[in-house]
Amino acid sequence: MALLEVQGLKAFYGQTQALHDVSFSLEEGGITTLLGANGAGKTTTLRAICAMVRTQGSIRFDGKPIERWSTEDIVRLGVGHVPEGRGTFVNLSVDENLRAAAYTRRDHQAAARDLDMVLTYFPILRQRIKQQAGTLSGGEQQMLAISRALMLRPRLMLLDEPSFGLAPLIVQEIFRIMRRINEEAKVSMLLVEQNAALALDLADHAYVLETGSVVMSGAASVVKSDEAIRKSYLGY
Amino acid sequence: MEQLIQQVASGLANGAIYACLALALVMIFVSTDHINFAQGELAMFSAFLCWQFMDWGLTFWLALPVVAFISFLVGVSVERVILRPLHNAPVLSIVVVFIGLLAIFHSMAGSIWGHTIKQFPSPFPNVHFAGSGYIGPHQIGMVVVTLLLLLALFAFFRYTPIGLAMRAAAQNPVSARLVGIRVDMMLALGWGLAAAVGAVAGALVAPVVFLEPNMMASILLYGFAGALVGGISSPGGAVAGGFIVGILENLVAYFGNLLEKSTGIYVVGNGEKLMVALIIVITVLTLKPSGLFGHVTVKRV
Repeated sequence: MALLEVQGLKAFYGQTQALHDVSFSLEEGGITTLLGANGAGKTTTLRAICAMVRTQGSIRFDGKPIERWSTEDIVRLGVGHVPEGRGTFVNLSVDENLRAAAYTRRDHQAAARDLDMVLTYFPILRQRIKQQAGTLSGGEQQMLAISRALMLRPRLMLLDEPSFGLAPLIVQEIFRIMRRINEEAKVSMLLVEQNAALALDLADHAYVLETGSVVMSGAASVVKSDEAIRKSYLGY
Repeated sequence: MEQLIQQVASGLANGAIYACLALALVMIFVSTDHINFAQGELAMFSAFLCWQFMDWGLTFWLALPVVAFISFLVGVSVERVILRPLHNAPVLSIVVVFIGLLAIFHSMAGSIWGHTIKQFPSPFPNVHFAGSGYIGPHQIGMVVVTLLLLLALFAFFRYTPIGLAMRAAAQNPVSARLVGIRVDMMLALGWGLAAAVGAVAGALVAPVVFLEPNMMASILLYGFAGALVGGISSPGGAVAGGFIVGILENLVAYFGNLLEKSTGIYVVGNGEKLMVALIIVITVLTLKPSGLFGHVTVKRV
């Protein structure tokens, strides 16, 4: 059974319809990427899964229909959303950002171990632990955002453009760690990226969105090697 | 000199009350961007409740926690029942609701307890001690209780998980939801805490200003002045601002009196205290809009 199954998803900002017909599914343990140009609906799809926009259609997580659930409840089910723009609690320290993310957890010892785990993935955050999060660099804030989602001990992570605005070296490092998280912590991932080449390297499955609908899908390796798709949808 | 110390000490005592109200205002402001104009009337209502409990035979120190808890529940219900449906309403509607709440609590207190001034006995023993010429026992009590309350609140927000969650929810509601924090609940909790802090302020100031439905009107203005002077976005600043306003208003009156005595020219005196507070507000807002301790919020457009 698929971990996440989205069927005929429509999403609205006020009167404006941003998603028209999005359907896809995501296997447990895998990394799936949503690709497409600006305004194709990638971010909206992630927001729709977390009930941050008004939607119609069916969303099933682990078999449960969650389309009527609130954001908080969906998150508590094990969906860690790393939002566009990183969503840092800028006036809180790095430590407080991570502890706020563990607020819902009752297994305090395991949470303490997870805190240690994320700081092992991102050692730079350990150095900055008492620092105000707003003073971190963009790359560090992205690492913090991923760590925050990890503190929920999610089964699925939704990553909204983790490469945005970062230097290539930092991006490479973050993507390397994302692969490790996927393999070691067994976290499934749904990755939205502008940088298609990067995303296709990491992902095993890809969906291409255009103006709010899925226009094609396939194994990442196939999409990557298909020149027609690359030229018409991915622009490289 | 003796008089000066006396004025500063009593300013400190009044400042403690302003600090409480300023903090209550700031607690609601940082999480909702609203100024609760009814904060003073809520506190007044709580003071009446406290008086009622004492009239029924409870001691002050028993009545105060009970009243603080009831006020907490009132605050939570006001948020959940009245303000929640107005979640996306324009600012003006919300201002009108606050003014409505102010009028409702004001006239409710009037119709339940009457408009005549009531004595509210000081809960602190009337003892003489070294320096009691400068500051009375009730004033010292006010400062001590306020400082304890502020310390408790600080510890709550700084060291407890739920305090952290409230700060996170106030600062970035979207991100807070994304880590599973129930932001709506945190807002209601913030309202409840603000009402409880106001209740303590009301019960402490009641022996000084006497108990009647109008007792908090000018005090709320001072609290508001304190919050603005310190920085409406900064809880620590609001507390400092409250004390600053409390001391400043007394000093201005003191030096005004001094000037009158030595030159015969009357510039300011006790009667102009409130005006002084408002001048302070306007001056601070003109020179430093974010307050003395507030941080400037930069918005990208």
